[in-house]
Amino acid sequence: MPTNSQPNVVGQTVPAVDLAPISLIGPDGLPTAEDRYNRELPEETLAWLYEMMVVTRDLDAEFINLQRQGELALVASCRGQEAAQIGSAACLRESDWLFPQYREVGVFLVRGIPPANIAAAWRGRWHGGLEFTRKHCAPIAIPIGTHGLHAVGAAMAAQLRGEDSVTVAYLGDGATSQGDSHEALNLASVFAVPCVFFVQNNHWAISTPVSRQLAGPSIAHRAMGYGMPGIRVDGNDPLACYVVTAEAAERARAGGGPTLIEAITYRMGAHTTSDDPTRYRSQAEVEHWAALDPIPRYRTYLRHIGVWNERLDERVRTRSARMRTELRGALVGAPDVAVTDMFDTTYADITPDLVEQRQQLLNELAKEG
Amino acid sequence: MTQMMDRPTATPEPIGPMLTAVASATNVTMVHAINRALHDAMAADERVLVFGEDVARLGGVFRVTEGLAETFGEKRCFDTPLAESALIGVAVGLALRGFVPVPEIQFDGFSYLAFDQIVSHLAKYHMRTHGEIEMPVTVRVPSFGGIGAVEHHSESTETYWVHTAGLKVVVPSTPADAYWLLRHAISSRDPVIYLEPKRRYWARGDIDTDTPGLPIGRAAVRRNGDHVTVITYGGLVQTALRAAETAAAEYDWDLEVIDLRSLSPLDFDTIAASVRKTGRVVVLHEGPRTLGFGAELAARIQEQLFYELEAPVLRATGFDTPYPPARLEKIWLPGPDRLLDYVEKVLDVG
Repeated sequence: MPTNSQPNVVGQTVPAVDLAPISLIGPDGLPTAEDRYNRELPEETLAWLYEMMVVTRDLDAEFINLQRQGELALVASCRGQEAAQIGSAACLRESDWLFPQYREVGVFLVRGIPPANIAAAWRGRWHGGLEFTRKHCAPIAIPIGTHGLHAVGAAMAAQLRGEDSVTVAYLGDGATSQGDSHEALNLASVFAVPCVFFVQNNHWAISTPVSRQLAGPSIAHRAMGYGMPGIRVDGNDPLACYVVTAEAAERARAGGGPTLIEAITYRMGAHTTSDDPTRYRSQAEVEHWAALDPIPRYRTYLRHIGVWNERLDERVRTRSARMRTELRGALVGAPDVAVTDMFDTTYADITPDLVEQRQQLLNELAKEG
Repeated sequence: MTQMMDRPTATPEPIGPMLTAVASATNVTMVHAINRALHDAMAADERVLVFGEDVARLGGVFRVTEGLAETFGEKRCFDTPLAESALIGVAVGLALRGFVPVPEIQFDGFSYLAFDQIVSHLAKYHMRTHGEIEMPVTVRVPSFGGIGAVEHHSESTETYWVHTAGLKVVVPSTPADAYWLLRHAISSRDPVIYLEPKRRYWARGDIDTDTPGLPIGRAAVRRNGDHVTVITYGGLVQTALRAAETAAAEYDWDLEVIDLRSLSPLDFDTIAASVRKTGRVVVLHEGPRTLGFGAELAARIQEQLFYELEAPVLRATGFDTPYPPARLEKIWLPGPDRLLDYVEKVLDVG
């Protein structure tokens, strides 16, 4: 594979994309021979990554339970993608803005968004979730791939102000087929904005396999055409996702422009609670990926390096149970958002027509008693 | 509050010669007025950014953005890749971080490439974030027909935007209105679609940059009359005024001409006052008749003023075809003759 011989706008000669993903923890849970990245993170960080992955999975399961019990209308499970989500989000600063899609439960939790505020979108309390932007996280974005441009605009803002913050756009394999993803990647590179594109290639866009999304060697290979580094990483390896995203973020902070990361992972669950994946994928494939489940694999690694112990396990279980209980309490008991809010937030300065329509609805409700 | 805290603190670029000019200008074109408004808005607020295709180096294909990059630097006025969806998507991201973007979509017909970003994001972000994030974005779109352009350069897009909750939509008809509607749009905390009637770009008038003009949401009565109310906007205001002079001179019909200026929000009070006086209404717009803005006006007028009406509300509009090739546009567009045909019809009733 030849390298791009011409330097990009920030003077980098973009290296050829390596098809072999960066991997620090092997499928067996043991350290790989990879020596280009430093895997020596502080022990508490390693333990925290584990804690967040387990809490994410448990809350994800709780969301599905709540959906089955009729408390949520729909849920898009992130099961299997915890390493990619936690690893990529955990290496960032709180001032960095994140632009997730809708399956990024791990990202939302790393940002400290209360689970009930995430579930607000799935319960139909409020579009996009509640109070995300206070945590420098964009609201849930349902149209696929369109939010990459918002991340680029926010990165331009950081660049214009001379901040050293970065933005991260979370895309999926399906999203990379959208025109807006192309426009976002191209514009980001032309302006060398501090934006990291983190693509979770989970192999399926509902029922459409990744082979229907592109004909090239990989999603990451597209980066070469945009004049930015493209990196493939094992998306079921939290350490690899952490170090690769951290490296891209640091390059962006230093003025080195955007990076396209393709994290190879797998959507272990259905697309959403309304989907039946047995109609389009084989049990053998599901079992293949179950053996690569990021959580037991990372636990094996932590055991191997002496970080995992019963106390950590107990701590994680306790926190997970507490968060699940809190979620139920906060969600099931929550009143609907005031009906007037939809009128009051359509515009920052409400229009006379909406004042009238708001009153009409209040009158209708008063009549109903 | 987020927006205030996010306000950039960098010192603005030095103010250029354009801004040291006298406050008012006489006999200037609409292009000049819009250019002046952009200069003044950028000087007044360092968060204001102008960007789009060919807006910086070239100064815009109509020269509307001429001098902005030179005066304020290429950080505040810049050319982008040719990608309309990106223009709006990036504006959303910039606004989210406290900037006041004023993107230009080069021609009306290309706004469709940005339709999703405008409708699904720009218009909805304030509600989606439960009011946490404002979208003070003004999208400038050179619009409408009448200049002999090629396909996709003469579209009437207004009803798409008016139908989209969360957007405000304005259309100036004079240089003075072009100046102040743009200043008000850029100051607005909400997204505004600012449609520039290309065929009036070179029409001249006076602007007073000291005294704020009518705000968004207010219509203007451009001619007082007792017989028939003509409601229009943008490039057709002049058409209606000319037709009104003909009608007065040749038929003794006294037309009142309302220039809406702001399609959303709509100033229905001004319309109602006129309809109570005349009882007869013709709506005039370029866009196709079916579900054009005239449909909304006719519906509202009959809903609220049924007993004031002496005749049905009629619509003098373009036809329900795609915009025609340039050699046919003069006969396709509603002109004084078509307008007066409808005026005659509403006068014939009762």
